[in-house]
Amino acid sequence: MPQNQTPAGRPDRPALRRARRPARRYSAQAAVYKNRRPLWLFLLPAFTFMGIYLFYPFFRNIVDSFQVIEGLGMPAKGLNDPWYLNYSKMLTDPVMRTAVLNTLLLMLCTLVFQVGMALLLALLVDRAGRGAGFFRTVYFFPIVISATALGLLFNLIFLYDGGMLNQLLQQLNWTSKNIDWKGEKFWFSTMTLPVMWQYVGYYFVIILTGLNNIPAELYEAAAIDGAGPWQLVRYIKWPLLHNTLCTCLTLAITGALKVFDLPWTMMPNGMPLDKSWLTGTYMYKQTMLAKDVDYAGAIGVFIVLLGVLLSQLSQRIFRERDE
Amino acid sequence: MRSNKVKPGQTRPEPARGSRAAVSPGQVVSYLVLIIWALTTIYPFIWVTLNSFKPKGQIVSSSFSLPIGASFTLDNYKVAFQRVDVGLAYRNSLVISGSVTVLVVILAGLAAYGLVRYVFPGRQWLRNLVVAAMMFPVFATIIPVFGMESAWGITNTDSMLLTWLSIILPQVAGNLSFAIIVLMGYIRSLPVDLEEAAFLEGYGAIRIFFKIILPLARPSFATVAIFVFLWSYNDLFTQMFFLRYKETFTITRLLNEISSQAGTNYGLMAAAVVMAVIPVLIVYVILQKNIIKGLTAGALKG
Repeated sequence: MPQNQTPAGRPDRPALRRARRPARRYSAQAAVYKNRRPLWLFLLPAFTFMGIYLFYPFFRNIVDSFQVIEGLGMPAKGLNDPWYLNYSKMLTDPVMRTAVLNTLLLMLCTLVFQVGMALLLALLVDRAGRGAGFFRTVYFFPIVISATALGLLFNLIFLYDGGMLNQLLQQLNWTSKNIDWKGEKFWFSTMTLPVMWQYVGYYFVIILTGLNNIPAELYEAAAIDGAGPWQLVRYIKWPLLHNTLCTCLTLAITGALKVFDLPWTMMPNGMPLDKSWLTGTYMYKQTMLAKDVDYAGAIGVFIVLLGVLLSQLSQRIFRERDE
Repeated sequence: MRSNKVKPGQTRPEPARGSRAAVSPGQVVSYLVLIIWALTTIYPFIWVTLNSFKPKGQIVSSSFSLPIGASFTLDNYKVAFQRVDVGLAYRNSLVISGSVTVLVVILAGLAAYGLVRYVFPGRQWLRNLVVAAMMFPVFATIIPVFGMESAWGITNTDSMLLTWLSIILPQVAGNLSFAIIVLMGYIRSLPVDLEEAAFLEGYGAIRIFFKIILPLARPSFATVAIFVFLWSYNDLFTQMFFLRYKETFTITRLLNEISSQAGTNYGLMAAAVVMAVIPVLIVYVILQKNIIKGLTAGALKG
């Protein structure tokens, strides 16, 4: 982000502060903003809000994850015994392990298939030249739809008895029996495909913007050198997309940790047989159904740690280049 | 964040790439792939719309037929409005998401303006705080927020107003940092001359904000407003915590209820999906440029 500012913290001169005439100007700071009294009015409401509803609860949650809380909305009743109880529980909780593994797997799938598909589509649109606007509009549409509605829609599609997919397969005579899409065999793809499908358009738009930012001279130079379409991708588009793809990587990691609505609508309660939990849905279950509120808080802390750790790690590995 | 070789405003001329034939085989394949993916995006919505006009039995037996003649029915929608009261849910959604949007836009606008135009000690620190706030997932704050609001007595009450308040406040907080970051980017790009001129006319900072900044930055305010509205409308997780009684349900919360309660009433499910999608579809068709910009703005600003 460009910052056109005078060095922060420069001491203000009282005389200037009160000046009601076009005083000498210091670079970007206009005379009107010398008087800092109204500043409170601008900053206080938003930051009070964030303080009460984000920063305080965030730290409160960390503290509470070491305490006994007997119900949602109840005050803490002293430390757990031992104080790290919830965290040691997390290590031995087999369902938590499932949830973490599923989340990591979902993350990997989003990276490979979602970003991969988006990259493929963006390169194709870029090459085809026309219709970019149309495809952008169409591909982006599922993102604005509530994931709950999509979950319901996919429930109808993956229905065991007479769902769209089973009907289609039977009409094509590929199978005569109904396939249990939410059963032990297919539950993972049934759960992740809609999540991935929904957000392909998001990465598509980001990558397409990145492609449009590649300067024209590079293409001209490449054309003079006689580069074919594959060489353009390999030697110009791919390297110059590096930073855009890094952004997508971070987004995919943080995005996978936030997934809740779609899996919860399609596979409530970890069906089948506690297999489909994700960190988010499991945290919800511990709060609302199992009523183990402090454990749920600890899971919330864990989600934050996992997100920070993984996005830092990925940035170390695929560091953004400043060419 | 992106490559710094970017030159804004430069568009690429249609280069002579590959063959010069009108349509090369490569292009045919490209379009084929693109169109197939477009179909996977559009078709499910068409399919569910068609099926929402069919009696329940036909959805599970002949879901690919058109709802014409005897198989056309409006029963699913009648049930939706009479038994489930979708109308009430629309109203709740509108009130809640509308209030969240208005509050976020005002608070974030003021804060972004202050953070961009004023120079003061600790400014960079506050800006970093805003960026950090964007990283807090709702999972890590929801339990204490609920506890706090319970202590204030605004959760689990019979009062519609208090219930609304209990969901509006956390949703506002959840969207503020994103909105501030986007608006800061835009306000920073506005020339300061106009504000100085207004100052010479005797305007104070507050009047400048409302009379100059607000009108000039209208496009980015619109972008933020749409984003916030959609996010709030779609956000099931927070709504599951604070909306417990049927009369307070929003569309999204109601959909979740239908998916767990409707059993085998697939017609009702199809109709419910269509009714949740329609308002968003209309808004999307009219404002898609703003929407796409708004939803990707956070990502591209980094």
